[in-house]
Amino acid sequence: MGEKEAATARRPQPVPDADSEGFWSAAKKGELRIRRCLSCRTYIHFPAPVCSVCASRDHEWALVSGRGAVYTFTIVAHATTPGFIPPYAVAWIELEEQAGLRMLSDIVECPPDAVRIGMPVEVVFDKLDGAVGAVVPRFRPRSG
Amino acid sequence: MTRLAGRAAITGVGYSPFSARSGRTVLDLATEAISGAASDAGLGVHELDGLLCFHENDTALCREVAAALGLSTAGWWNDALAGGNYPCAMVGLATMAVDAGFANHVGCYRALNGRSGVRMGRFRVDDPGGVRQFMVPYGFGTPPQVFAMACRRHMHEFGTTQEQMGKVAMTIRHHASMNERATKREPLTMQQYMESRVISEPLRLYDCCQETDGACAVIVSSHDRARDLRHAPVDILSAVSSAGYMGRYPFDRWPDQTQSSLADQAGALFADAGLERSDIDVAELYDAFSFEIIMQLEELGFCERGAGGSYVDQIGIGLDSPLPINTHGGLLSEGYMQGLNHVCEAVLQLRGECGPRQVAGAATALVTSFGFGSGSALVLARG
Repeated sequence: MGEKEAATARRPQPVPDADSEGFWSAAKKGELRIRRCLSCRTYIHFPAPVCSVCASRDHEWALVSGRGAVYTFTIVAHATTPGFIPPYAVAWIELEEQAGLRMLSDIVECPPDAVRIGMPVEVVFDKLDGAVGAVVPRFRPRSG
Repeated sequence: MTRLAGRAAITGVGYSPFSARSGRTVLDLATEAISGAASDAGLGVHELDGLLCFHENDTALCREVAAALGLSTAGWWNDALAGGNYPCAMVGLATMAVDAGFANHVGCYRALNGRSGVRMGRFRVDDPGGVRQFMVPYGFGTPPQVFAMACRRHMHEFGTTQEQMGKVAMTIRHHASMNERATKREPLTMQQYMESRVISEPLRLYDCCQETDGACAVIVSSHDRARDLRHAPVDILSAVSSAGYMGRYPFDRWPDQTQSSLADQAGALFADAGLERSDIDVAELYDAFSFEIIMQLEELGFCERGAGGSYVDQIGIGLDSPLPINTHGGLLSEGYMQGLNHVCEAVLQLRGECGPRQVAGAATALVTSFGFGSGSALVLARG
């Protein structure tokens, strides 16, 4: 195992809860699903037990395209998370399904200094080693 | 409409020393600041009949402080689980308490070993649940990382520059050089700023505040009781706060990262005080990061949206500018008391006690406590 793989293996695994389980279990199947209100059809992320627009608790885990664009980003130079070797870019990604619907992700398959606001990105699924065996959706550049 | 004016005043301020390693308990720091503030007001500490603090599970809570100081009179208290959004809100809450007759003199404090003890910058990465499950697996979560996102977006939309942020940091450091309490007093040059290491781009070392060990406190007294004390009272003219649906860190619901909820509060802040922006003599603005000064100048209405950077360039924020900002050195250079030190400095300015950094004739002061998605602010005036 190379240095990079060894580092990656140390990355913290997400700890799902009852509000987020649908997101992480979909990721294990290679799907990006976002909690969506069945009453007013608003997508909610980070997942929450109730719709912030209409207060409905009825929801589905809606399959989304996995396409979006970088709203803003930072290049982390001083790392504090195990398994991450700086510099690396982390972005708020606005998903194409809804204005203001944003996910956090590091940007993979791309040099950090090539990341730009507005850059089109798409989801990839990254299987983490470890006891939990989580799959983490991440984003990489896509052509236009 | 003025909702708070004429109801209460700040009558005392107190501090422990600020340092990177106090070697003391937080209870020790807290009780020193509170006793100092009471003494500054001309009160015996046992005359305090209310206590308030805010904390992030890192402090000596009100009941510990009350026990240590033997405050059998402290009948009204609250420990707020809050951060930099809360100092001005705490003063507003104390104002309501004394006005409603629950207390006569409320000791309001922030105490922490923020550098040697529980560090803000050391974001927890173990067992990431809650909101952290969507941050930590991506190598993300510390305050500089979170706020760098907003800074980048502001630079993108409005052309705000690294040099403008550098000028904020340099000017505030210069103010700190005139403050014996400040933890960082040596001059900072633009070259040093530009060559300083990147923490989370675009934020450099000197864009980020100093985690600090220490405590500070203010006494809020009812209008009637304030008149009889040691110093001329500093009147609380207005206090606003917002919990804010955007307020949850890391601001995942924050629709426009180029402005904070302060923009929605500024109108009420000045209207309640019965003052225009041009009436403000000195401003102590929340500065966990340098660019927050630039954004707040816009949100408070001292310039147009997007013009905060050029305001810093052309008008400036120094002691010789129309609105001197962070005369004590701010969070960036005095120390990270999460903004209660801004309230203390405003009081000292209005009492004319700031020596070489005194703003001549300062009669009105503006203070903000803004954690972006939620926050609070005060207008104070010499009584």
